[in-house]
Amino acid sequence: MATVEVPKEEKDAHAASAPQQSEPKTITLRIARINPSEQHEPKFEEFKIPVQKWTTVLEAILFVKQNLDHSVAVRYSCRQASCGSCGMKINGKPRLACYTKISELDSPVITVEPMNNFPIIRDLAVDFKQMFATHKRMKPFVINEESEVKPGTKEFVQKPEDLEKFLQFSYCIKCGLCNSACPTMSTDKSFIGPQGLAQAYRYTADNRDKGKNERLKIVDESHGIWRCHFAGSCSYVCPKGVDPAMAIQLLRGYLLGFGK
Amino acid sequence: MAERLSNREGIKGMANPTRYGMLRVAYWLQRLSGLGLLAYLIGHIYETSTILNGKAAWDNMLSLTETPGGHIVLVIVIGMCVFHTGNGIRVMISEGGKGIGRPGQPEYPYKAVSLSSKQRLCIWVSIALAALAMMYGAGVLFGN
Amino acid sequence: MKIHYGTALGAVALVAVHILMRLSQNFSDSLSYKNVLVNYHLLPYALMLEVILVLLSVHGFNGLRVILLELKQGRSYERAINYGSIAAMAVLIAYGSRTILMAGMGVS
Repeated sequence: MATVEVPKEEKDAHAASAPQQSEPKTITLRIARINPSEQHEPKFEEFKIPVQKWTTVLEAILFVKQNLDHSVAVRYSCRQASCGSCGMKINGKPRLACYTKISELDSPVITVEPMNNFPIIRDLAVDFKQMFATHKRMKPFVINEESEVKPGTKEFVQKPEDLEKFLQFSYCIKCGLCNSACPTMSTDKSFIGPQGLAQAYRYTADNRDKGKNERLKIVDESHGIWRCHFAGSCSYVCPKGVDPAMAIQLLRGYLLGFGK
Repeated sequence: MAERLSNREGIKGMANPTRYGMLRVAYWLQRLSGLGLLAYLIGHIYETSTILNGKAAWDNMLSLTETPGGHIVLVIVIGMCVFHTGNGIRVMISEGGKGIGRPGQPEYPYKAVSLSSKQRLCIWVSIALAALAMMYGAGVLFGN
Repeated sequence: MKIHYGTALGAVALVAVHILMRLSQNFSDSLSYKNVLVNYHLLPYALMLEVILVLLSVHGFNGLRVILLELKQGRSYERAINYGSIAAMAVLIAYGSRTILMAGMGVS
């Protein structure tokens, strides 16, 4: 059988053009372990795990669950930053675990804890009941008496300029990172929070909606919009570019008479 | 127990200016300078009331305040006042919905429009004006 | 909030005038007993000091009230903070007004 030997230069060229395999390296993942029914202070467990250039924090946690300790409680779903399930505190900042690469944290030690300002269920899973209840209070639906399609009527017409006024605020995935970062939420348990206020604006700014006065009455309370002081932390952490701080100031503009 | 389990950061979280960019630092400095200025206001009202007790009492009060320590306190108060004013005006305008940009279509990497360089510039200008005022105040106070 | 903004803007303008008065002469001379009393005897200046006192007391204690209300919640606590702030404002304004009035009338 004839054999063909690839010349050495071509072999090297092949090697050079092939994609470089990322060298796996080892990091220490510190996971907060809390079971509120048994203890009140978190304890941290450390795991040494191999990661590559593209490994996300969520993948690292799931590696721990799969190979080292399956009892770690973590909430996740879509793995692509569209469901908002995997919000947690990563190296001190609220982030989505599926959207944060280990490499971008630039640290050999990654600490993951449950998000602040939410009751802890266990380990990294927190309770969203209060946030959802507040969101519901904002009447997160278009209020319009003419919403039933009757014969002879047609759909609400909305120009692109009208859509742009509220579109970015509709991208909220209810991940709760904004509420976790907010300085007022750290101490004020009655505060509506950036998520609720931003959603109140989303519907107020929608020209199909006729419930502006209803919503302004809801947010115009002592632990409502007036407890926001534009620290901007909510917008800083938002993974979807919703910019709740902008929504809140625009909503406040309505209340102060600057906006229409 | 319910509040402990709610995992709120508490005052430590509210008073921590790090992690979230310049606007969070400005929020923290605004609160700090506000409390400092309130404390100074109360002290100043008390200090100026000694004029009712005659020249001796007034001079006695001045001997406490017209000292290097007193002048340093006054310089810090000048800085707090100028920063609080400048940043306060920025916050007032922003909270009315002006100067924070317009809603649009967010594009990756989804940087918030309201946390623009304009906002950060205003904060730095407030800090710079405070520093300048402190330098001028120190020149006047220590120059005498 | 409008009260907080309004008092802030008013106070900024008037405090600037108050500071400029101190810088209109040599700083340490401007604090001499005689010069300070002369200021209190000038009616427009005394009125300006009174307005500054009211504006800054309201602004300052309202700000403190906001901070304290965010630290803890509850009906009785909030009521105590609200009334306490108003009381503190009233006390400070009364004490400062006493100084302005008596110094202006030459009682010292």
